[in-house]
Amino acid sequence: MKEDVCLEARDLVKHFPVKLGFFKTLVTKESPHVHAVDGVSFKIKKGEIFGLVGESGCGKTTTGRCLLRLVEPTSGQVIFNGADIRSLSLEHAMRRLRRKMQIIFQDPYESLNPRMSIFDIIAEPLRIQKAAESEDEIRERVTEQLEELDMIPPEEFFYRFPHELSGGQRQRIAIARAYVLRPEFLVADEPVSMLDASIRSEVLKLMLGLQRKFHTSVLYITHDIALARHLCDRMAVMYLGKIVEMGSTEDVVHNPLHPYTKALIAAVPVPDPTARRIEVVIKGEVPSAINPPQGCRFHTRCPHAMEICRQEEPPLIKADENRYVACHLQRGPEGSKV
Amino acid sequence: MEPLLKVENLKMYYKTVRGYVKAVDDVSFKVDVKESLGLAGESGCGKTSVALAITRLLPYNGKIIDGSIILDGENIVNMSKEELRKNVRWKRVSMIFQGAMNALHPTYTVAHQITEAILAHEDVSKEEALERASKLIELVGMKASRINRYPHELSGGMKQRVVTAMALACNPDLVIADEPTTALDVIVQAQVLGVMKDLQSKLDLSWMLITHDLSMITETCSTVAIMYAGKIVEYGSVIDMFKEPLHPYTQKLLTAFPSVIGPKMELSSIHGFPPDLLKPPPGCRFHPRCPYAMEICKTKEPVFVEKGRRHYVACHLQ
Repeated sequence: MKEDVCLEARDLVKHFPVKLGFFKTLVTKESPHVHAVDGVSFKIKKGEIFGLVGESGCGKTTTGRCLLRLVEPTSGQVIFNGADIRSLSLEHAMRRLRRKMQIIFQDPYESLNPRMSIFDIIAEPLRIQKAAESEDEIRERVTEQLEELDMIPPEEFFYRFPHELSGGQRQRIAIARAYVLRPEFLVADEPVSMLDASIRSEVLKLMLGLQRKFHTSVLYITHDIALARHLCDRMAVMYLGKIVEMGSTEDVVHNPLHPYTKALIAAVPVPDPTARRIEVVIKGEVPSAINPPQGCRFHTRCPHAMEICRQEEPPLIKADENRYVACHLQRGPEGSKV
Repeated sequence: MEPLLKVENLKMYYKTVRGYVKAVDDVSFKVDVKESLGLAGESGCGKTSVALAITRLLPYNGKIIDGSIILDGENIVNMSKEELRKNVRWKRVSMIFQGAMNALHPTYTVAHQITEAILAHEDVSKEEALERASKLIELVGMKASRINRYPHELSGGMKQRVVTAMALACNPDLVIADEPTTALDVIVQAQVLGVMKDLQSKLDLSWMLITHDLSMITETCSTVAIMYAGKIVEYGSVIDMFKEPLHPYTQKLLTAFPSVIGPKMELSSIHGFPPDLLKPPPGCRFHPRCPYAMEICKTKEPVFVEKGRRHYVACHLQ
């Protein structure tokens, strides 16, 4: 059982300090923080696609970056291959580990260096990690990688620059760059949200093909719960820095327990005009993460908010086999045990 | 009944150093009074250009080459700029732009920006304009007190509502919304779409919603036109189109979206990329990507035929 886990986050916290003006720093005693990630725990199994779903500003991207130590977590542990990566030295051990952990960023227009050729972009990880013996091998690996992403003939792309490619092609380059080191763990941060629908599914298919081939574990970050449903094995729904619900994708989508998950599902437009749907409309927008609401963070928008929700924060409890939810409504007499 | 807007054989090209980009090529459609039309297609298919042509807000290198745009019985293609500004824009057709969040002026209050539009077009006092502006703000579901805020004090969803309110400032007959919710979160998007639907039934407006997201159209529109590479390939009621999509492009597009309901399906993808509109492929423009392409598709352009009631398609298969 233990060997099955690829990566585990334990009580991950990331607070960003808020910059104050000079005068305010003199008057304010406690400097305010943005509570981007506030105690998040989950496990990603080997070869699994784990979805992290939530609105913008809920901390999903920060969580993904914390897992790779692209931002330093404030506290908590990230256990990868049996060791806490936060205890590794950044220069040596962490660098070596990065060969196994890669990321695909959201915006393919900004994540590729405009002055580097496509060949250099994909070859760079190999060079930095010294993963190839010779220039010939690098060439071989880059060619193979481009072929795998349906960029055919690969030689034609070698000396092109990112600005010559369309959005879909750029994102394929970003995927190629992430996969060229054959990582064990991959963070995919909304890789297709900037792409058009018709191109989106093709890029996803290619990415999924690679994921299956190399049995990669993926943290898939998205705001689109419908997309997460199609890709992920399990998913967690985040709200204001906390996981409010977690479970297998089909369970969460078909039987959402948390009112926020319900609202999120109800808000997704359905491409079928005859479909009958439950209307769950929640008012307002996500509150500020600098002063998150007391008690349950969702109570300000929740249609079922009770007195206890305003005072006590609901813990993430086990609702069913492999099913977790943080809501006072779901705390029955036996459910109160964690 | 005469349609409110009738676009006939519209051709709109952009002049570039490499030749003419045929962004809109022989497009015809109409919008009835109180109708909501969705115009869908991938980026670069010319859907925004159609909207810009209707409001005559084309950039300097964009030209309407041929065709007519008849608004309430009046052809606006040859109208003078002065007349357009005075009598058409805002008063009869208004537009909600893509990235509406950046469409607001950062150094003026919301009140200033909405009243400016009213004062420029109508002969009313400042107080009256202000009163109307606060009514509009309430109409889109915001507190009237927010009217004195600056755009940076508002969230994305609220800015979107302000822009929507502004589009209604001079009681237009037709509102064109160009990707009104792309930058918004799902929940906020659902709220904004709800406001739009509400307004449409309350104010008897006609809407034209331009988007690449077909599921958004099914939620808000009654009629839909699918555009591909500067041409409309299919046109019909939303129900017909989703029950029985006729064009292979529509079929593909419909299954490219994941759904939260129903059984889990494999997402379909359309191989290849949209064509370069500088030199679009001969024959049917979709043939290089079409799984059913035949010999005839490569040479002869399909004509628009009526299949069923008010359901049109341009495909040789039909």
